[in-house]
Amino acid sequence: MQDPDAPAVELVGITKQFPGVLANDDISLAVRHGEVHCLLGENGAGKSTLISILSGMVRPDAGEIRVGGKVAPIDSPRDALELGIGTVYQHSTLVRALTVLENLLLGETRGLRLNVEAARARLAEVAATLGVQIDADAPAGELALGRQQQVEIVKALWRGSRVLILDEPTSMLTPQGVAELQKVLRRLKETGISVIFITHKLHEALAVADRITILRAGRVVGVLDTAELAASSAEEVQARIVRLMFGEDSRAVADVAELRTDLEGEQAPVDDQPPDAGPLLALSRVSARPVGGFDPGLEDVSLEIAEGEILGVAGMDGNGQRSLAEVIAGERALSAGEIHLYGARVERLDVSARQKLGLRYVTDDRLGEGIVTSLPVSLNLFLKRIGQRPFWRHGRIERRSVEREARSLVESFDVRTPSVSTRAGALSGGNVQKVVLARELSFDPKVVVFNKPTYGLDLRTTSTVRELIRGLARGGGAALVISTDLDELLDLCGRILVLSRGRVVGEVENGPNAGERVGELMVGAGDVAAV
Amino acid sequence: MSELLTRTFLTALISGGLIAGVSLMFTALGETISERAGVLNIGLEGMMLVGAYIGFVGAYYGHSFWVGFAAGIAGGAFASLFMVVLCVRLGLDQIVVGIAITLAGEGITSVLQDTQFGSTYPRLGAPPTVAIPLLSDIPVLGKSLFDQPLIVYLGLAAVGAVSWIFRRTNAGLNLRAAGEKPEALDAAGVSVVATRSYAALCTGAFAGLGGAYLSIVGAGTFTPFMTQGQGFMAIVIAMLARGKPLWVVMGSFLFGISLSVATALQLAGFNISTDVVNLLPFIAIMVALVAFARRSYLPPALALPYVRGAR
Amino acid sequence: MTGATTDTALAPETRPLEPAAPSRRFATDALDVVVRSIVPVLLALGAGAILLLALGRNPITFYSNVWKGGIELTAWQDSAIRAAPLLLIAVGLVVVFRANIWNLGYNGQFLLGAALISGLGPHLVATEPRWLALLLLFLVAGGAGAAWTLLPALLKARYETNEIITTLMMSFIGVGVANILIKGPFQDPSVNIPQTRVLPLNKMLPSIPGTRIHVGVIVALVAALLVHYVLTRTSFGLRLQILGANPRAARHVGVKVPRLIVMSFLVSGLLVGMAAAADILGTWGYVRANWNPAYGDTVIPFVFLARLNALALIPFVVFYAVLSTGGDLATQQANLSTDFLLVLVALILLFMTVIEYLGRRRALGASYLTPGLQQALRTSRLRRKASA
Repeated sequence: MQDPDAPAVELVGITKQFPGVLANDDISLAVRHGEVHCLLGENGAGKSTLISILSGMVRPDAGEIRVGGKVAPIDSPRDALELGIGTVYQHSTLVRALTVLENLLLGETRGLRLNVEAARARLAEVAATLGVQIDADAPAGELALGRQQQVEIVKALWRGSRVLILDEPTSMLTPQGVAELQKVLRRLKETGISVIFITHKLHEALAVADRITILRAGRVVGVLDTAELAASSAEEVQARIVRLMFGEDSRAVADVAELRTDLEGEQAPVDDQPPDAGPLLALSRVSARPVGGFDPGLEDVSLEIAEGEILGVAGMDGNGQRSLAEVIAGERALSAGEIHLYGARVERLDVSARQKLGLRYVTDDRLGEGIVTSLPVSLNLFLKRIGQRPFWRHGRIERRSVEREARSLVESFDVRTPSVSTRAGALSGGNVQKVVLARELSFDPKVVVFNKPTYGLDLRTTSTVRELIRGLARGGGAALVISTDLDELLDLCGRILVLSRGRVVGEVENGPNAGERVGELMVGAGDVAAV
Repeated sequence: MSELLTRTFLTALISGGLIAGVSLMFTALGETISERAGVLNIGLEGMMLVGAYIGFVGAYYGHSFWVGFAAGIAGGAFASLFMVVLCVRLGLDQIVVGIAITLAGEGITSVLQDTQFGSTYPRLGAPPTVAIPLLSDIPVLGKSLFDQPLIVYLGLAAVGAVSWIFRRTNAGLNLRAAGEKPEALDAAGVSVVATRSYAALCTGAFAGLGGAYLSIVGAGTFTPFMTQGQGFMAIVIAMLARGKPLWVVMGSFLFGISLSVATALQLAGFNISTDVVNLLPFIAIMVALVAFARRSYLPPALALPYVRGAR
Repeated sequence: MTGATTDTALAPETRPLEPAAPSRRFATDALDVVVRSIVPVLLALGAGAILLLALGRNPITFYSNVWKGGIELTAWQDSAIRAAPLLLIAVGLVVVFRANIWNLGYNGQFLLGAALISGLGPHLVATEPRWLALLLLFLVAGGAGAAWTLLPALLKARYETNEIITTLMMSFIGVGVANILIKGPFQDPSVNIPQTRVLPLNKMLPSIPGTRIHVGVIVALVAALLVHYVLTRTSFGLRLQILGANPRAARHVGVKVPRLIVMSFLVSGLLVGMAAAADILGTWGYVRANWNPAYGDTVIPFVFLARLNALALIPFVVFYAVLSTGGDLATQQANLSTDFLLVLVALILLFMTVIEYLGRRRALGASYLTPGLQQALRTSRLRRKASA
């Protein structure tokens, strides 16, 4: 029998060690019934590990978990589900090829036949509780991202979970979608369900949480009650939380967008461009065929980036961002239109040729395509210069040149690695990104495309990366920043284009209400962006 | 003369085609189950051979065809155990292990056959058949098509059963998820490893049955390397059938017919060299692969071992 | 999927994977190599011994016969001769396997090359000077092997069609076509047996003075050295390595993937064809119908054991050549089918994968796994470590 006064779920002394990293260090926290409890901490603070432990993906080295007052070991996702803990992971766990109903039915092992009627009824029931409408027979892959997330929430609550964990849920959503989510959370609270909400953004935590637990380097450094915080001013609250999150190092990250208390775009730095300089990069009615199931390609896209400008591209995942980046970089051929670099047409040039001209691409998929994990850092730094002097002569590698240059780059970009011969896969995420940046931003970059440049990085590295982008623009280059993180775009860019289903549906000048205007464009443009 | 040609030719073509087709059908059905769960089984050739040999031995010494079929199933399942342990459970390379199983199967069955029987190739008699009333009375085709050993009808029923299982049962849904997105299955609380293990064992069992059918019903004896690439043909059929059991049947019989064309032509008096005609099935497959190059469907998580926490 | 790796704010940036002192590292690596390379072989031989006992044969007699037939007296020369085609095929496999391309069609490529040169050979050696004829025949065989990889190569480059299936199917077709050629246009008209005309001994590959070993062995060794150099020191080799490690990264950094796929296939086929040339022009002088030595099948595990390193291949292939040559005698003496060697080879492969697993468990460094799989596992370790 569950003790009604006990917290819905409680972690006591949880510790988890990974090779070289103490991810969770004696963490204790309690979540009350019907409470929205936020776990706030920068990337790398230990939030994901804690959630993995609660959801059964990872087992702690020490400590215990209590559900409703009783000790409850969670050894697998099945245990978590049976204890009433449902998790919506940051990366979708929906199977695109299956329908919504099939996704919800997944995981049943009792009984032979699929119990379709019961599932339909249950879906209707849970959807009503949440206040949302979901088409049971739609293939999951065809739903808008916000709708997909709703299905995942339904799934997490399917077996009557009383605790819902949401891991960075807003990374997939438009501002309007975030508002919808907040409505859903309020309804859940009313039914007595507890919500654990993980985020690395201050303003999100303040917007939805009843209580905030702050994690730093694997430890709990503070638990705040938002009701109490209401008494203080916004600056005081921000200062207090930042101090808890960073202690003495808070000055280093003070200006980062994630630590602002609200979404309002500050005035972006004014670009001083020489009045009649032509654009550095111009796309003119560019179209590209869709590839695979996930990217709609490009349709009739035109844009221009001037010298010293940082242009943003907003839009949710799957609206053509990848196609845009790859077409500009030369990885993918376009089916129509023209690309002009410094006024000259470059559609026929391949990746290496464009690289040499100063056009670079920092991919979002660092491990998947940005580096080759089995190769040493030194080779990774020159992967886009294979065969070129001075690293290769007559096709033969010049080891000494490679190592010398590599050491120099590692130093200037502050890549932490035991040596340049270390396998790139051994580096931590932030350093992998630095390697990719070092590669793309060396040898006179001029126009650089950045795709989600600070995703998953800790705040210090995030700050560094954004400074690099600003530095590039100040130095006479130009940057195209593609990101699903609106905060980031508002922080960096003077103008923001909105991409939806492969088309540019609008452009927003950074300024007051820019975020809202971007959100409206995303929603208004069609179902992929909706919700 | 031409009338005789037609009858002999057709009958030989169809009965031969059926035998090869049934054997392919079993094996390809098994491979479909694996592939949909995300396991690429290159070792089918070895599993078929093991099933063929053990099945034959079972039928020969057990004096019963059913014992033979059961032995074949067991043999194939045993061979697939290596796949289960090494690839599904330990996460080792499915292709390397598959090659090893093929080589091992070929080698071991050849050695055992040589040791046990030497150069005598004892033959089994023809198995009893069940004739479907009315249909089996159709002139020319009836006897060939509708008068088959019971196991063939059971096999066709199995195809239907597998199709139903994929679409309408919990186990089938979980299996499909294992092949499409194992993380989703894991998050839903079902063991991906267990699901794939069962799938791989089923594949072995079916492949063993296919091999046993070949040796017991098809040839009546076991000769080393007798599958002659049919295991790989089955993989192709499974790939082209895009995971749909009914297409597996069609593909199997089409290829089966191409396999039997040689014998049929010879029986009918045509003097085409065996070598040329034996190439036909493989050429047919290459043609099919070229024609359908854009459209063969493989589940996204195929041949990738699932490691919890990896993305 | 985007990389969700994270940094850790305060903990050391990387874990101490690489031991500090270089000499200690070398020693660990050397022990590594020995363990992972030798142990599977020993285990397989052991398992083979058990199998022999189960079959009622004496393992000690068997293995001592292997030694006798493979090394003693002048038997080592026969082993060296057998090593020639084995090494060339193995080197050909290293080239494609490094790119994670599975050219399993070596049997068909080999036999087609063999059939062609044994059919054209007698004419050529009669009309041209010996050295020219042999050179041309090498090219013909290599060309045939390469040409036979073209269709699978194009299908993979253009449509990503699974090359395991296409090369295997082409292999069966190739073997069939070779047989048709041997029994047909290339048939020796003066005999009743289906085989090609025999090349006169003085027109075949010359031998190394003082031995029976033909220069095909030299060709194989040179090929191994050359390929090793290309694979480890040139831009082509690096591109191949990247393609094998991470095809998406390859595309991202500007590697022309379709072209590379076709090139590596062609090179592989060329080497397999040359193996046929070495074998026919050096050892046999003719080809009988329905002959299929299946060298490639038996040499595959050693390609992996050598960790796809063309130089390391040499000792392994030599070992197998001895095993194979000695095995001919041993299986004959034990009244066992020669396919028993196939079983031994499969056992080596299986034990190799098991040792691989154990090795990975203890983080013993580089592995046999195809780079794609290696990377997936390393990513998972990295993620688990870094996602805090």
